[in-house]
Amino acid sequence: MTFPGPLAPWYDFRDLSNAVERLLSWLSDIGPDWLVYVVSAVIGGTAIFLFVAATAVANIWVERRVVARIQVRRGPNRAGPWGLLQPIADMTKLMQKEALLPRAGDPVVFLLAPILAFGPALLVWGVFPFGKGMTFVDLNVGVLYIIAVTSVTTIVLFMAGWSSNNKYSLLGAIRVIAMLLSYEVPLVLALLGVVLFAGTMSLSGIVAWQHDMRIWLFLVQPLAFVIYFICATAEINRTPTDIAEAESEIVAGYHTEYSGIQFGLFYAVELVNAMALGAIAATLFFGGWWLFGLDRWIPGWMIFIGKVYLIYFLLIWLRGTLPRLRIDQLMAFAWKFLLPLALVNIMVGALEVLLWVEYDLSAGLVLPVFSVVNLSLAVLLVVGWMRFMAFPFHRLPSRARLVHDIPVVAPGAPAGGAA
Amino acid sequence: MPELRTEPLVVNFGPQHPSTHGVFRMRVVLDGERVVDVEMAMGYLHRSMEKLAEERTYTQNIPFTDRMDYLSAMTGNLAYCLAAEKLAGIEVPERAQYLRVIFAELQRIANHGMAIGIFLNDCGAWQTPVMYMLREREKILDLFEMTCGARLTTNYMRIGGVSFDIPKEFMPQATALVEELPDRIAEYEGLLLENEILQARARDTGILPADLAIASSVSGPVLRSTGVAWDIRKADPYCVYDRMEFDIAVGYQGDNYDRLLVRMEEMRQSVRIIRQALEQLPPGPFKTDIPLALRPPVGEAYARIESPKGELGFYLVSDGGPTPYRFHVRSPSLLNLTPLKEMTVGQTVADLVVTLGSIDINLGEVDR
Repeated sequence: MTFPGPLAPWYDFRDLSNAVERLLSWLSDIGPDWLVYVVSAVIGGTAIFLFVAATAVANIWVERRVVARIQVRRGPNRAGPWGLLQPIADMTKLMQKEALLPRAGDPVVFLLAPILAFGPALLVWGVFPFGKGMTFVDLNVGVLYIIAVTSVTTIVLFMAGWSSNNKYSLLGAIRVIAMLLSYEVPLVLALLGVVLFAGTMSLSGIVAWQHDMRIWLFLVQPLAFVIYFICATAEINRTPTDIAEAESEIVAGYHTEYSGIQFGLFYAVELVNAMALGAIAATLFFGGWWLFGLDRWIPGWMIFIGKVYLIYFLLIWLRGTLPRLRIDQLMAFAWKFLLPLALVNIMVGALEVLLWVEYDLSAGLVLPVFSVVNLSLAVLLVVGWMRFMAFPFHRLPSRARLVHDIPVVAPGAPAGGAA
Repeated sequence: MPELRTEPLVVNFGPQHPSTHGVFRMRVVLDGERVVDVEMAMGYLHRSMEKLAEERTYTQNIPFTDRMDYLSAMTGNLAYCLAAEKLAGIEVPERAQYLRVIFAELQRIANHGMAIGIFLNDCGAWQTPVMYMLREREKILDLFEMTCGARLTTNYMRIGGVSFDIPKEFMPQATALVEELPDRIAEYEGLLLENEILQARARDTGILPADLAIASSVSGPVLRSTGVAWDIRKADPYCVYDRMEFDIAVGYQGDNYDRLLVRMEEMRQSVRIIRQALEQLPPGPFKTDIPLALRPPVGEAYARIESPKGELGFYLVSDGGPTPYRFHVRSPSLLNLTPLKEMTVGQTVADLVVTLGSIDINLGEVDR
């Protein structure tokens, strides 16, 4: 195994992979090649796992505190300073509880589901470029890999709902399948727009493209970001699209029967998936570790995690603010609203790329023009399509009618003024 | 190919379910997401209050009325005391009349705030509206606490008046609250009523036609939402409501959204009434002395008020003894619940939950 170029000193924490690369290059000098592969896999895998586990734990606190602020309360503030030990208390409680197994359920599938749910949530983190060289696996089909891995969740959630043999769980499972399959379509189409411009499916390639072109893909493909964000929100089951576990309707949906650490796993998966959404959006649309030259001063992985948490904050904000949509409204929204817009977006994007390549225009000139065109197109399309699909609920005013006088009914007399 | 055999899914919503607001059970027949049939099962919270009340004196019965609709104890007290006063022919001092109006209207704001918040919770707004509504409700409960020592089960009204006069801190705090509330209500109207998702969820769902509402003896905001202008405060005024200037909020077609509109507007009208009552509050005694064991003459009396949930009536029969011979409650929650099946069949599970939330039932009052 060869390592290109001189290695940076191991204590250069702007890029955490430096230390690992030093170790690996030393290993390749003294040991066989397979040892290098095994050691790098173990180190990378452990790092990713620790990162995901730490994120899940931290996010319990983040989510509860932020939502509490949105809801004019203080949130957990008793366990440790600012309630920082609250996640540990939460997890200890969940682990102590008995993990019940429904008697009429399918035990194998039932027990497998939470474990399998954690798999994709973990796997998806393997391909993100945390920093310039900090990629565990730099897949050349990274975008495809992400789409494939996150889709597995659908089956797992259906397994959970089906094996519980509970009517609420079954309803939740049906909803999961219907919703996730519908939202998968515009999601993939939205991501295609990004791939069209970057010309690669590799995540580090897409970040490198944004770095080279000095522009965020969010600016070039604003509509794709909006569609992706909405679809991904639906995929991770949070309000306004949390119909799969809609608490007020079907108790807890597919995980109604889960208790103890199995429930805890679903809970952790939800938090990790929300973070993964942020990571995908940050990588594909907001330049990953790159921040307009600021990455020379701030470590890239800090920038990346900062962006991820900003998008995660947006998700918490949505969750704390919006009511839930009904399943037919959600379906209609996916098929009638998002899908046509995504198709138009791809068509326009493809046309632009064609023009760019055909006439061999300079990127510095063409990309700002495309950004302005696409942004105005996005606004125009969203507003126009909304008007076109106008919902019928604007007929009646949104304030009550006021009546000042009604006839007084003498007690005992027939009530004539009722109608 | 053999025909696919399908069968409807029977789901028991409740007694333990996050959005049945207590222990209420619905046996719902579902065809996928569609509701085919709803069968209501009540009585899980039955505490036999009507029979218990026959063994206790008229004054001892007042705490029972707190525990019927425990989210609006003041109006429960008020309706019962009005009935007992009517039965015994007791005159109530004017100051007590005003205090009763003030506290009944404060209770209406607190109750409607909770009703709106919980309704939004049923719509899936994950606790945030409830928390905001609780913030306003806390201030009202503070006023209750400083006046009578209790926040929830107030036991404040007495036959012949109220149990305590207001303390001197009450007036400044109540005036400040009355000044603050209209802004808050306007804020909530902006945040909630204009929300697209809420409009999509609540408009055109759970429609209650006006004729069905009247036939089912529905009252209160649920009746007014159907477009029927009917309010006992105006139609059959009690206390000093005939001296107050206020409007009745009326909806358009009786859907869930209309019920929300009506409640929102009623909060504002209640603030108007409280402001007038605080200004007009006369000095004088706050209760008349009545014998400890009140023995009303033989006869019967029915008194009704516009409670936050609808027409709350108490029917009392006296045989001349110290305890009522019959103690009957016409509870609005129970009667408002009766057209639930007609309102929900043919819609989705999500609409069923939202419709149940918009009726604003209180199981303590449904089952008694």
